[in-house]
Amino acid sequence: MKSSSEPIPPGFSEPGRSAGLLGVFRRRYLLSLIVRKEVQVRYRGSVLGWLWSYVKPTAQFIVYFLALGIFLRLNGALEYYPIYLFSGLIVINFFTEAFSNGTRAIVDNGPLIKKIFLPREMFPVSSTIVAFVNFLPQLLVTLVVCLVVGWHPQPLQVVGVLVGILIVGLLATGLGMLFGAINVSFRDSQNFVDLILLVVLWASPVLYPWTTVRDNVPDWLLQVYLANPVTVAVELFHAGLWLPTTDGSFELPPDLFLRAGVGLAIALVVIALGQLVFRKLEGRFAQDL
Amino acid sequence: MPRTSDLEDARVIVRGVSKSFVLRHTHSFKEAFVAFIKRKKLSTTFDALQGVDFVISEGETVALLGFNGSGKSTLLKLISGVLRPDAGDVLARGRIAGLIEVGAGFHPDLSGRENVYLNAAILGMTRSEVDEKFDAIVEFSEIGEFIDTEVKHYSSGMFVRLAFAVAIHTTVDILLVDEILSVGDEPFQRKCLAKIRELQGQGKTMVVVSHDLDTVANLCRRGILLEHGRVVFDGDSHEAVARMRGQ
Repeated sequence: MKSSSEPIPPGFSEPGRSAGLLGVFRRRYLLSLIVRKEVQVRYRGSVLGWLWSYVKPTAQFIVYFLALGIFLRLNGALEYYPIYLFSGLIVINFFTEAFSNGTRAIVDNGPLIKKIFLPREMFPVSSTIVAFVNFLPQLLVTLVVCLVVGWHPQPLQVVGVLVGILIVGLLATGLGMLFGAINVSFRDSQNFVDLILLVVLWASPVLYPWTTVRDNVPDWLLQVYLANPVTVAVELFHAGLWLPTTDGSFELPPDLFLRAGVGLAIALVVIALGQLVFRKLEGRFAQDL
Repeated sequence: MPRTSDLEDARVIVRGVSKSFVLRHTHSFKEAFVAFIKRKKLSTTFDALQGVDFVISEGETVALLGFNGSGKSTLLKLISGVLRPDAGDVLARGRIAGLIEVGAGFHPDLSGRENVYLNAAILGMTRSEVDEKFDAIVEFSEIGEFIDTEVKHYSSGMFVRLAFAVAIHTTVDILLVDEILSVGDEPFQRKCLAKIRELQGQGKTMVVVSHDLDTVANLCRRGILLEHGRVVFDGDSHEAVARMRGQ
């Protein structure tokens, strides 16, 4: 790109040279305002307002509970199936929302990106944070239910849940940056992401236990299945929240904490890749939007 | 090419800058395929700027002049960092705020107050800076009691007044001003001009783009005239306007 080899005089910088994700955290104040704006604006003009954040997962939960828990009899097969179901669903909802909004974030904020320079990673990052804000009340409901049915939180369980949240947050941000950057030139990206998100719920042991996968597929496929960071996060939630409320006879995937480390590593690789692609493409954002 | 000795009080350096845009004529596989079959061009390249060189010193107010499509706005976007040059360097010393289309960061569902904070942060101000300037911004905008009303209920005049007030109060070293002299009614325009002159007096560096040639020539001492993406004149602003009109 550069033709000039002349040195940059001291004190000068190139406008528009972005520090990437680092730049986002350097401008935390702006990030906090953007997140607050998104949170405020989201349900503005609706009567139920933020209650929608509860209504949607509740309806989703009821549908799956009736279809799978009652009709397909998973309720009898797994102890406290409602907790099993809900603790997994909230992880998927967090991922889905962060990833999907992150993918659309650049295009949605096009008018701003075209006119004023700011670290554009700001938008996928804020999508993840907004999704997290939305996820918190759902997590709270799960925690309360677990405590009521006799959960005594252990440090390791809490760490597992936090690692699960971290994996999903990083993964969704990385994927959001990757597909969001591509989405500027190719709107196919957001449709492709919708497709991925359709599969994601079924590709992780949310509605059914992972043991059914183990019993039905060859070992290599099971390993692929268990390498999915979202699956790892879901199992960390099951291990931390649901399992302690049961008699503990359920078998978790072997080496769960090792898998958590690998899942975290994958999420970090994805975020690095997302940043790389984002930087490559961001020079064209202002002219392609 | 400017010598290093000239650069000591420089704020903006533009050296050898070129920028071209690729205009894609096809937006889907189907269109691309049809165009290919019909042997039509899939894209054309448009040179918006070619080999632009200049240095703007501290405290200078420079008018970018030229007809539509001469590359003024592209140049302004390059200085603000929204676009990056294909060749050459754009360098700046200090904080830059663009007034490139006022109100770009405004959200209709937020109140005036919330928008002031959000937009000022977008333009690079910190919380304490906005707190300090908030009253001055509201006073300048003449919004008064409506500051806590949602912006979507504002009249278009109120909207641009508030947006301009935020932008003009940003504490920066370099201000980029695009077509804002046509903001609001006449009394407000006069107020804007007075404010810009006040900032000039404070030694702020400014780059102004406007189609109001007389105003801009009076406001700036120096004019840079662009024609088809090249600098054809760089000097006294009245002379630049005269040359532009003479064509």
